Amino acid sequence: MKRLIFAFIAGGFFGAGLFVSGMTDTAKVQGWLDVFGAWDPTLAFVMGGAMIPMFIAWAIAKKRTASVLGTPLPPPPSSRIDRKLIIGSVLFGAGWGLAGICPGPSIASLSYGGTGIYIFVAAMLTGMVLAPFLRTRLDKMVPAE
Amino acid sequence: MEQDWIWGLIGGLLIGTGGAFYLLFNGRIMGASGIIGSLVDGSAGNTKWEKLVFLAGVVLLPILLFPVYREVDPHITDNVAVLVAAGLLVGVGTRIANGCTSGHGVCGISRLSVRGIVATVCYILAGGVGVVIFRHLLGVI
Repeated sequence: MKRLIFAFIAGGFFGAGLFVSGMTDTAKVQGWLDVFGAWDPTLAFVMGGAMIPMFIAWAIAKKRTASVLGTPLPPPPSSRIDRKLIIGSVLFGAGWGLAGICPGPSIASLSYGGTGIYIFVAAMLTGMVLAPFLRTRLDKMVPAE
Repeated sequence: MEQDWIWGLIGGLLIGTGGAFYLLFNGRIMGASGIIGSLVDGSAGNTKWEKLVFLAGVVLLPILLFPVYREVDPHITDNVAVLVAAGLLVGVGTRIANGCTSGHGVCGISRLSVRGIVATVCYILAGGVGVVIFRHLLGVI
């Protein structure tokens, strides 16, 4: 039960932050990516601002063996740079630039994004269902390196 | 608007606080694509409710803030083909890469994860090139 309460608090902060920061405004996201247009710096402040509490949280997490509620903490980050990471991120970036929406803001704007956000989220969920098949194919491919 | 960067910073701090709660209390990395994706492909297992409640918070807080905050227009395109293509790319891409702007970006870079940094460079470059191609060369967005 406590885990659900803190998950809700975390989601609430995340949703409030996405809303207040303007990151659910596709014009601001595309404006940041568009270095050849009227460049909008907001996204850099959002990313920078978000990293401050996270940096502190990781420092605290490093000194602990479990979370406050006793669940295991994430293992140290892997440094494996593989084909899936690169190809996946490039595909994601292309879609992000195309519509100006990434997964977090797509959920945060569900209540006010209109029909457009429903179409986007439906397509995104479809992509997420299809992804495991593509992931398996990428795994089976003979390593190029 | 000149004060947009201040709201960006405030919003960013809120996003990071959410991530800090999720990490320190739930022991989990706050990655939107992982949370959504594991629910739709069934890999969430016994973390299903935790994730659903998290997403409920994400949807609910903007609704609660709506009356007290400035008007927000998400400027979402009405081009259905663009929305479908973008949604598919975002869904497939984030799940293959195992993360998006929140997981690889905010949570990954703040712990100096090499994967997070590489992923972020890749999606920002692809996004930037995408905007140049789709907006300035093809004129579809």
